[in-house]
Amino acid sequence: MENHDIVIIGGGPAGMAAAVAAFDSGIKDVVIIDREKEVGGILRQCIHNGFGLHKLGKELTGPEYANHYKLEVEKRGITVYADTTVLSVTPDKVVTATNTSGILKLQAKAVILAMGCRERSRGALNIPGTRPSGVFSAGCAQKLINCEGYSVGKRVVILGSGDIGLIMARRMSLEGAKVEAVCEIMPYSGGLTRNIVQCLEDYGIPLYLSTTVAEIHGNERLTGVTIAEVDERRQVKPETKRYIPCDTLLLSVGLIPENELTIGAGIGMDPITGGAVVDENRMTDVSGIFACGNVLQVHDLVDYVSDEAEIAGKGAANYVKGLGKADNRVKAVAGNGVRYVLPQRVNTRGGDTDIFLRVTAPFGKVKFTVKSGDTVIATAIKLRATPGEMEKITLKADKLRTVDGDIRVDLEEM
Amino acid sequence: MERNLTCILCPRGCTLNVTVDGDNVFVTGNSCPRGRYYGEEEVIAPKRTVTSIVRVSNREDTMVSVKTETPVAKSDIFTVMEAIRKASVTAPVKVGDVILTDVCGSNIIATKNID
Amino acid sequence: MSNEKYTVAVIGGGVIGGMISRELTRYGIKAVILEKGNDVALGASKANSGIVHGGYDPEPNTLKAKLNALGVEKLFKAASELNVPIKRNGSLVCAFSEEEKAHLDLLYKRGLENGITALEIIDGDKARELEENLSESVVAALWVKNAGIVCPYELTVASIGNAMDNGAELITDFEVVAINKKDAFEILSADGKTVLADYVINCAGTYSGKIASLVGDNSIEIIPRAGEYLLLDKAEGMRVKHTIFQVPTKDGKGILVSPTVDGNLLTGPTASVVASPANKETTADGMNKVNTLALKSVPTVNFRNVITSFTGVRASNKGGDFVIGESAACKNFINVAAIDSPGLTCCVSIAEYVMDILKGVGLKLELSNDFNGKRNDPHFFRKMNDEEKNEFIKSNPTYGRIVCRCEGISEGEMRYAVKTNPPASDLDGVKRRTRAGMGRCQGGFCSPTVMKLIAEERGIGKEQVTKNGGGSYIVTEKL
Repeated sequence: MENHDIVIIGGGPAGMAAAVAAFDSGIKDVVIIDREKEVGGILRQCIHNGFGLHKLGKELTGPEYANHYKLEVEKRGITVYADTTVLSVTPDKVVTATNTSGILKLQAKAVILAMGCRERSRGALNIPGTRPSGVFSAGCAQKLINCEGYSVGKRVVILGSGDIGLIMARRMSLEGAKVEAVCEIMPYSGGLTRNIVQCLEDYGIPLYLSTTVAEIHGNERLTGVTIAEVDERRQVKPETKRYIPCDTLLLSVGLIPENELTIGAGIGMDPITGGAVVDENRMTDVSGIFACGNVLQVHDLVDYVSDEAEIAGKGAANYVKGLGKADNRVKAVAGNGVRYVLPQRVNTRGGDTDIFLRVTAPFGKVKFTVKSGDTVIATAIKLRATPGEMEKITLKADKLRTVDGDIRVDLEEM
Repeated sequence: MERNLTCILCPRGCTLNVTVDGDNVFVTGNSCPRGRYYGEEEVIAPKRTVTSIVRVSNREDTMVSVKTETPVAKSDIFTVMEAIRKASVTAPVKVGDVILTDVCGSNIIATKNID
Repeated sequence: MSNEKYTVAVIGGGVIGGMISRELTRYGIKAVILEKGNDVALGASKANSGIVHGGYDPEPNTLKAKLNALGVEKLFKAASELNVPIKRNGSLVCAFSEEEKAHLDLLYKRGLENGITALEIIDGDKARELEENLSESVVAALWVKNAGIVCPYELTVASIGNAMDNGAELITDFEVVAINKKDAFEILSADGKTVLADYVINCAGTYSGKIASLVGDNSIEIIPRAGEYLLLDKAEGMRVKHTIFQVPTKDGKGILVSPTVDGNLLTGPTASVVASPANKETTADGMNKVNTLALKSVPTVNFRNVITSFTGVRASNKGGDFVIGESAACKNFINVAAIDSPGLTCCVSIAEYVMDILKGVGLKLELSNDFNGKRNDPHFFRKMNDEEKNEFIKSNPTYGRIVCRCEGISEGEMRYAVKTNPPASDLDGVKRRTRAGMGRCQGGFCSPTVMKLIAEERGIGKEQVTKNGGGSYIVTEKL
């Protein structure tokens, strides 16, 4: 058994930023465990640019953003166990992992969960039809193309207009494939406007809203898909069915926080975010276990992942130092028009605290009101709010001190 | 000439109306000054950063990711891709290494380390 | 493949062909398995309910009744020798009305007539005591205590692997297109290969009618019947402990809800006659039906946790009973046809029955001293405790590297599957043998690495690695 102050599971953008923040908060014995041979996580295959504008003030590609944090980790001499998979975490913070030299056991004073997320698969969508090859999750195709240098197909349909789907539409076009369509079952795209413009419009790729893939065809390799419009209940309208020949179907239909270790440790989960319930330090309901990044909630920008990871890293360091005993926490809950809020528990005796949230549907101008009972703690006006973009509201420390009940965030259209 | 664009500089996504009249460009619909510059450039000389991959010849199934050091004209994207596709490098490669010089006015540089 | 002659050619690499081949090697018979696909267990053996049926269901005095009664314990024994996970979880046939309850009595009596004694009729409350998530609408149930669950493709792989370890030969990609009877049978494949054998056993599943017709036997008419299933995440695996059936009604046999030996939850099947055994599509209607009817038995199943859907095609016939015996049209040609439910349960008793038939037609069978019915456990690694794993990894480092994170499968286990009889040759083959890619992400993360391992072990390029043979390529070319 090895003993460490902080063990971080996952060496992607969240794990690395958490490690750096923990180190800089004075805890030097920090270990990162990552299952890949190199840190960087999913950023290593996200070769497009657009990362870092908010956090680092410059526009980087995914690998460059990862490299920035990798250098910060190396500079501090933080230990990385690469090519090592964590098998379990216990509530008393024993981490069991495996690699080619054997089974490792590490006793930590604090654990930070930063395992990221996975893509929703075809099975979870229940798309009828056959089961040929050529149906890929967008991220799987991205890895085969960008990291291993193989073409996955020539004629492509993409289901889902989340950012990965849009990015892959451009990527496949650049490599000479014909992208026939991007279908989105919702009446609006979940991707960033920037990506719709630069990944679809630039390449003349049509985006069909309220449209889904109704059937998959082909016995060996995919030969085509039937697409169809859907009604308000997201049911296929049979009369709109249309066949598109293609050899490749990419699925970009949502990301799911990968919380098997979290659940195994008995940590309380939020059914909406798919991640753990956490306080403002990103500590879960198991004392000393923290979570950050896409394992906690799926983010739209990696910059925000880094921000969240810094909160967790600092929180874990303070926990190891024994700080925070006098805290008093209340629940934060989602009200009208708000899908979820995070953190779900807030310290009323701490400093200024940011509440992150997502709205339930696209809105124009809205006003957010944060209340405890009848007392208004904060308000914020946004000119536009969509489910695809996370919102942030800052609660001031002096206002928080007046709170003695649960906090609720409501949205009001203006 | 008149075009409608979606501004991509922030999540607000303003719909810009850009009119070109000789040397004069008029942008309406923007909520901030940055939107005006975006509208002007997007109509007169749109530019894009191109990102792709180059094969590492002395490593098995390994690609190094690359990008144009500065944005190139949107109309040159496929010319740039053609040049990138023909290139190959030998490891080690460092982030920032120049892989190709002056392709449509920009260097192609590595964005990943390959040891 | 050589020009030498085999004593017995088994056509069809499903669970029936597998168990028959294994029995043949028990007697040291020189046997060859001819399989149309690029792997074994590609037909009904891949996609069925995986149930060891108690034996109350078949009409008395049929082959099905006789072989089911004999088959249950024989299957448990064979599975344990082959190191295939099998579990006696029992089943509950649920009645939702007084009328259906009357049908339970019928099934109970039929069971007794078939020699099945491990049966009890219980009321709804008792049933809910056994199964807390069972619907309040269940008024009574037939408790079948000897019933169980087994993984059908794993059983097939293990039986053929064990037959191969004992000297049987497997030839894949051998689609039988002609059979000439001379001194011996001359069996021709679509791509021009020939195999010679003294006896032929036709266990070609949904294609057994077609194979029989190649020797002039047109007596077998197979009706391909498709069944759709929804498989749910392990998070749902604990919903039920028993296999939950519904009383068959005039609308159909009902939908089952069952745990699998691997800890998932299986729901299905529908039953619809299809034009061809190749019709393996799932349909929106079929999936809705499975979903709706499964909820009738177990209302708390969360269908948001579906991880995959699939269709299996069973080899049914008009008569409703197995067709097993020497062909009337051709001597030394044995049909083992129309093996639909409870065929999996009967796979060992059928194999032994076929040995009797072979004896009857003059094949001499003497137990071989060289036969070893035990198969090494391919899952030895996952059963080790941490200390044992730690020791094992020190001399076998690839077992320490997890490739399939959802199911926790290591590189070493995957390489083992590509090297062990019958060797996996594609992604689905590795998946069926190791469960890699069978979890929540359905191979989204690990398939590029599995491709690489298959390519390395088989000495081919990644472009040649397929999902399931033929033209099911995954990547097209190097960029």
